[in-house]
Amino acid sequence: MNALITCEHVDFGYENVDAVVDVTMEIEPGDYLCIVGENGSGKSTLMKGILGLLKPTGGTLCVNEELKRTGIGYLPQQTAAQRDFPATVYEVVQSGCLSRRGNRPFYTKAEKKLTMESMEKLGIEALKKHCYRELSGGQQQRVLIARALCATSRLLILDEPITGLDPSAVQEFYGIIRRLNREEGVSILMVSHDIRNMVTQANKILHLGRRVLFYGTSGEYQESRVGRRFLEGETECV
Amino acid sequence: MRVIVEMLSYPFLVRAFVGGIFLSLCASLLGVSLVLKRYSMIGDGLSHVSFGALSVAIAAGWSPLSVSIPVVVLSAFFLLRITENGKLRSDAAIAMISASALAIGILVTSMTTGMTTDISSYMFGSILAMRPADLMLSLILSAVVMVLFVFCYHKVFAVTFDENFARATGVRVDFYHGLIAILTAVTIVLGMRMMGAMLISSLVIFPALTSMRVWKSFRAVVISSGVVSMLCFIIGMTISYTLSTPAGASVVVANLLCFLLFSAWQAVGRLRG
Repeated sequence: MNALITCEHVDFGYENVDAVVDVTMEIEPGDYLCIVGENGSGKSTLMKGILGLLKPTGGTLCVNEELKRTGIGYLPQQTAAQRDFPATVYEVVQSGCLSRRGNRPFYTKAEKKLTMESMEKLGIEALKKHCYRELSGGQQQRVLIARALCATSRLLILDEPITGLDPSAVQEFYGIIRRLNREEGVSILMVSHDIRNMVTQANKILHLGRRVLFYGTSGEYQESRVGRRFLEGETECV
Repeated sequence: MRVIVEMLSYPFLVRAFVGGIFLSLCASLLGVSLVLKRYSMIGDGLSHVSFGALSVAIAAGWSPLSVSIPVVVLSAFFLLRITENGKLRSDAAIAMISASALAIGILVTSMTTGMTTDISSYMFGSILAMRPADLMLSLILSAVVMVLFVFCYHKVFAVTFDENFARATGVRVDFYHGLIAILTAVTIVLGMRMMGAMLISSLVIFPALTSMRVWKSFRAVVISSGVVSMLCFIIGMTISYTLSTPAGASVVVANLLCFLLFSAWQAVGRLRG
């Protein structure tokens, strides 16, 4: 099968400073890959690069033709401005169809149907007319996932998605992502701090510390030196 | 109604009315995006820069509009940049720039022509300021703003709601930011002489804030802002004409009353719900 995204010895950086060096990895259809690492390890930079918001300073980054056309389903971190934004759930989800539209000014029937389908997948069709700012954190997260699914049902990229969610919402969130991954065949790329949950959820782990410290399955990661140290370090901190 | 008919028998008032209504519409539509993106201060900063540029242009004997529009457009880009980068404390930076522009304007004026009526009318607005050329420009501007909001409505929404997502799905975010900045700059330059440098930013901010009190969808907020803004302008002008109050201040007070009214509406809605 064709990989969705292939990085070969890719470097990313800002103004002569290399934030990430020599990353080689692949996202294949059906993957659930998690990027972990400490603050400043280049996780966000790598993600921005994969999203095409940053140009690589070295190496090659290949994006599958189909993804190029539809764009990537992206779940950014929420900004403060969004939390009190006056928009209905429907409006937010629909904005995910934007990349399919090119320069046509209005949405077609097919896109409206897609919007409804995405909302059904996340179980938020009853909230359709509700105002985004009045939803709980977990519900807002689901709205944003539905929006990302409107852009593409191939690959979701999530940036620190559990920040600010309460513990029950976190478990629910992982449940949703697992279901999308297994049942709908959506590939997942997640940047997260929550390493202990990640090793049970993801099937591949990429541990960054400016360069790749570990890349492999999550089972191997738990056995590896870097993984054990990181997992134990986490436990000590908590 | 009779008052309005009477007002419309003066050609300069017709110009002020028509130009003002269109400028209010532009300001309020652009304002929705600016307020939601937390860029409200930019409007204020631009009006002060615009004042500075006008004063310098008058002192040097240049045509006011052809100097101030480019200057203000440039500063709009600049203010947008510092707000986006977030390296400097952007609110502080904008306050600094606007005070400096105002000070330079005042200094240049007092050294050359003295505080003439022109300057005072730029500060607080004058109903006589809407000349035929300004009216033409206002009409062109509103046409552009309307085209943007009708045909690129969904992109404006995406860029306003979440620029990172929009960027990842291939929307040219910087292009839309730039476009909104340019249009805001031109709106402010054109509206400033009628509303006054001190008051013009309220045309940008008030209608959006007022509408956000009550409406829950972006579409409703945009439409309501446009309507509220035009209504408040008409009410303000009518008050100004009947009570002989300054036009700009009257429009702002009409906006304030409308804001309070909508806030009360929201409070009643909450009590019931």
